[in-house]
Amino acid sequence: MSYETLASFAQTWGVLYFVAMFAGATAYALWPSNRDTFKRAAIAPLKEREADDDRPLA
Amino acid sequence: MGANEQVRSSGDPSSWAVAITLAVMAAIGLVAAANAHDLAFATHMWMVVAAAVVGLQAILVWTTNSDPEKRFDPTYYDDGIIKAGIAASVFWGLAGFLVGLVLALQLTWPNLFYFPDWGFTNFGRLRPLHTSAVIFAFGGNVLIATSFYVVQRTCRTRLAGGLWPWFVFWGYQLFIVIAATGYLMGVTQSKEYAEPEWYADIWLTVVWVAYLLVFLATIWKRREPHIYVANWFYLAFIVTVAMLHLVNNLSLPAAVGSKSYSVMAGVQSALTQWWYAHNAVGFFLTAGFLAIMYYFIPKRVDRPVWSYRLSIVHFWSLIFIYIWAGPHHLHYTALPQWAQTLGMTFSIMLWMPSWGGMINGLMTLSGAWDRLRTDPVVRMMVVSVAFYGMSTFEGPVLSIRAVNALSHYTDWGIGHVHSGALGWVGLISFGALYCLTQWVWKRERLYSNALVEWHFWIASIGIVLYIASMWVSGIMEGLMWRTYNEFGFLEYSFIETVSAKYISYIIRALGGGLFFVGSLIMTYNLIRTARGDVREEEDAVQAARPNLQPAE
Repeated sequence: MSYETLASFAQTWGVLYFVAMFAGATAYALWPSNRDTFKRAAIAPLKEREADDDRPLA
Repeated sequence: MGANEQVRSSGDPSSWAVAITLAVMAAIGLVAAANAHDLAFATHMWMVVAAAVVGLQAILVWTTNSDPEKRFDPTYYDDGIIKAGIAASVFWGLAGFLVGLVLALQLTWPNLFYFPDWGFTNFGRLRPLHTSAVIFAFGGNVLIATSFYVVQRTCRTRLAGGLWPWFVFWGYQLFIVIAATGYLMGVTQSKEYAEPEWYADIWLTVVWVAYLLVFLATIWKRREPHIYVANWFYLAFIVTVAMLHLVNNLSLPAAVGSKSYSVMAGVQSALTQWWYAHNAVGFFLTAGFLAIMYYFIPKRVDRPVWSYRLSIVHFWSLIFIYIWAGPHHLHYTALPQWAQTLGMTFSIMLWMPSWGGMINGLMTLSGAWDRLRTDPVVRMMVVSVAFYGMSTFEGPVLSIRAVNALSHYTDWGIGHVHSGALGWVGLISFGALYCLTQWVWKRERLYSNALVEWHFWIASIGIVLYIASMWVSGIMEGLMWRTYNEFGFLEYSFIETVSAKYISYIIRALGGGLFFVGSLIMTYNLIRTARGDVREEEDAVQAARPNLQPAE
């Protein structure tokens, strides 16, 4: 593979790939129906503190 | 219970699998030791055999003496391995910091521990001992211990794999011992942060795959629908380090001995090495410790992550950008210029996710800023995030080709690395160790908050002295190297640029010494906390009723 081939691939498809990945991640993060999931996820580690011994599963 | 029943009840599959693994390892070690090409390799193989035999003995004693019902009781979290991880982290941390201090003194006074006919304590051998001890032994044990703690709590399930987590823990310690003793004996494949030779690399691969499987299997059986963001960072760390380790260590042993040759040569080898080493920074020292930030700061201040959405964008952009930044270590080398520019561009892009993550960590204190004043552990973790922001600002600056022309090969690089390593990785690890010790030993509070204050200030002053002295000496020597006289010759000889750094080196050693003293204070505090002591003059009420409640 020559440098020109690699560079042209990176400058076209590579850029598109990055933009698509970023758009995908951002869309997932901002998708309105995910709001409640993330709200619950954010407080999930704090909930266990009432039962923060080594046996919350019993 | 009869002897036969006991034997039958002791056969849980994971213990058998670990025992068989150890037996195979002992057999391979024995054959390799018998055919060893050199003394260092034979020494290592005998160490492997000894470790396997001790491990088998331990499994035997433990299975015959423990109650099979309670051995891996799924209604309990596995906190024994967390306690072992805390102890290992503290031990290797002290060793690594102490060796770092010795190196700083050796650079200042080169005759220190230099013996022409006895190379074990030469700078060249102690240097990889220091870097591996602090990054892989201290940092690695902190990451394994915290990841095992966090994945259990956030998935609300016991660690998967029965005895395998203990195989991961002890297997990792064996890797460290093999690597460290190898450096002292002069065994190295001369790749920065990837110095261990081929047989240590193979062993680490086995241990790391077991680590990945334990982590994945624990997530698999989680009782919580969403995988908390800290686990994503841990998983990225484990998977990426496995990939980096395998590719960068592709090599062929020259004999049944301690020397191998890389399958790649020249600039390909260099690029692979810096792809590895920079992503060791990105995924070992950044992604892994960001996982600590995303669990321990919210937990300690009892506030959710400032923006969970930002944490998702932070995660994906960080892992997709970091992997391309390595070539900035090879500016002005035989690496094609376009590849250097690529590395530089991606390094500058890294500003965004890094600062997004920093803001997310700091703003998690919204509504709880008073904790900065009242809880020195929180202050330690917040300052570490500030250092994360500072060093991830400095890094992209240094990656710019024109800046790199001045900074590369100078002490500026050393200062940059240590603002990240001491400031970010060190302080967030100390914060996590204080939290974990209090939590897994179920203490209401630490032995002494005043000692945490002392640790915080002594370590912080040490870091500032370290970084500031390296800025001065680094920029000074960089400028001296490029100074020409009126005839077009270099103004300074190399030794003049070295002796000009003498004062800076003394200040640096002082800074490193303070950091080490701080870690000694922490060790004392953690031991007293684990024993359940509370410093009386600090809290008479607490002292009157110790250990009644689980940790806050």
